[in-house]
Amino acid sequence: MATIINIKEESVLDVKDFQFTYAGNDAPSVNKTTMPIAKNSITALIGPSGCGKTTLLRCFNRMHDLYPDNRYDGEILFKGRNILQAKEDLINLRIQIGMIFQKPTAFPMSIFDNIAYGMRLQGMKNKTELQDRVEKALKDAAIWKEVKDRLKADANGLSGGQQQRLCIARAIAVEPEVLLFDEPTSALDPISTAGIEELVVELKDRVSIIIVTHNMQQAARVSDYTGFMYLGDLIELGKTEDMFVTPKEKLTEEYITGKFG
Amino acid sequence: MTHTTKRIIMNNIVMTLSTISAVIGMGFLFWILGILVINGVDALTWTIFSQEGAPPGYENSGLKHALIGQLLIVGAATVVGVPLGILAGTYLSEYGQKAKLAETIRDISDIMMSAPSIVIGAFVYAVVVAPMGHFSGWAGSIALTIIMLPIILRTTDDMLNLVPSTLREAAFALGAPKYKVIIQVVYRGAKAGILTGILLGVARVAGETAPLLFTSFNDNFLNTDMNEPMASLTVTMYNYATSPYEDWQKLGWAAAFILSMFILTLNILGKLFLLKKKGR
Repeated sequence: MATIINIKEESVLDVKDFQFTYAGNDAPSVNKTTMPIAKNSITALIGPSGCGKTTLLRCFNRMHDLYPDNRYDGEILFKGRNILQAKEDLINLRIQIGMIFQKPTAFPMSIFDNIAYGMRLQGMKNKTELQDRVEKALKDAAIWKEVKDRLKADANGLSGGQQQRLCIARAIAVEPEVLLFDEPTSALDPISTAGIEELVVELKDRVSIIIVTHNMQQAARVSDYTGFMYLGDLIELGKTEDMFVTPKEKLTEEYITGKFG
Repeated sequence: MTHTTKRIIMNNIVMTLSTISAVIGMGFLFWILGILVINGVDALTWTIFSQEGAPPGYENSGLKHALIGQLLIVGAATVVGVPLGILAGTYLSEYGQKAKLAETIRDISDIMMSAPSIVIGAFVYAVVVAPMGHFSGWAGSIALTIIMLPIILRTTDDMLNLVPSTLREAAFALGAPKYKVIIQVVYRGAKAGILTGILLGVARVAGETAPLLFTSFNDNFLNTDMNEPMASLTVTMYNYATSPYEDWQKLGWAAAFILSMFILTLNILGKLFLLKKKGR
């Protein structure tokens, strides 16, 4: 059975007896999982390809609802409510739980319009307020200096690392409570990766973060908690420093020592 | 003879044959364009744009009626066909996804794209012209709309499909409702491709003659009432070019030249938009 530690912080999300099944499949891709996500901390999800870590991540903002007939069972509690209920307002949920993707997803519009996109969706029209918030978001994402003279330029002209920071700026501009990172550095070079990792750590004072990563060193560097998944099961959730030194489960130990993966 | 020399000889033969074939193909194209330019430019005068059709032998005859008729017929077809085609393509790509209905529409539109245009002309003749009792500009526009629709529908569908799904997901992840994702993100990403589809669709129907013979028919004088038979460049060209009068034949050349230049421009513009998109 899985080893799930009790976290000392307050939890921002609580996964309870949760199960997820893709459309057309009989077997679930995430099996009966229970885990807390600590507030203002970074929780990393690691595991070999196909273990269900990205699938689980995409449940937190109900991304699977974009494609028909996927099924959630159990509960994911957020602010005292189960976000898996049919009546959940997905637009509102996704404003509060933002997401950063594997490949940068700059929209085909200017840098300014990219950052302002989420705020404009919420009906913000005041120009000075928009400008202030765009500047703040870009500063928080450590990209302001590079783009401040070309806010009107096409965002697709930026480098991969810059685009990924632009996407982070876009996500934090709407002041979410949780940010989901889906292998945010797998398409980036080592220097850009270091920049993003630094940024993720800085952000945790303001948001709670869940990050899926292929890279165990990355999980060790940035996260406070680490969950190890294998074949759709959460095998172990523990404090990162303990997990990588003294894993409780044999499978976890074999994975982090490179016996399989 | 070694294997290598054999292969080199074979390679040279194939290369020569394919080059010659390409040159022959291009040769015909330039031959056509050359004759068209020589005769067309020779026939071009200002009166072509300022005067209507006239009986043979009249000095002041032109193509004003056909130019305006062409603009009205193709214009009306574009105004109806483009929004319909884009909306239908949007349904296929964004809403239908893998639904049976969407697949069926895709198949039918592929069949329609290769349907002989004269059949579509005959169809519109049967359902519009015959009940109305006379030819009309509207009937011509309807025929052209039907021909244009599958082209715009399929290019829109294809171009929207090229927009990466992660871009849509990123917009949804910021709390965007579906219609805003489509209008503000997906359309923007596919802009150049859709525009190319529109231009190629318009270019395709602008050169149609057969369906217009059955529908808008012809008028030797200026008419802007779409309820009446109406001149078009293509039908006028057909009538003038096959007439025995030299001045009418000249007008036919002028019509051919103007029409070809119009379609060539649309095609080049379409290619430029795509190039610009790839260049990014």
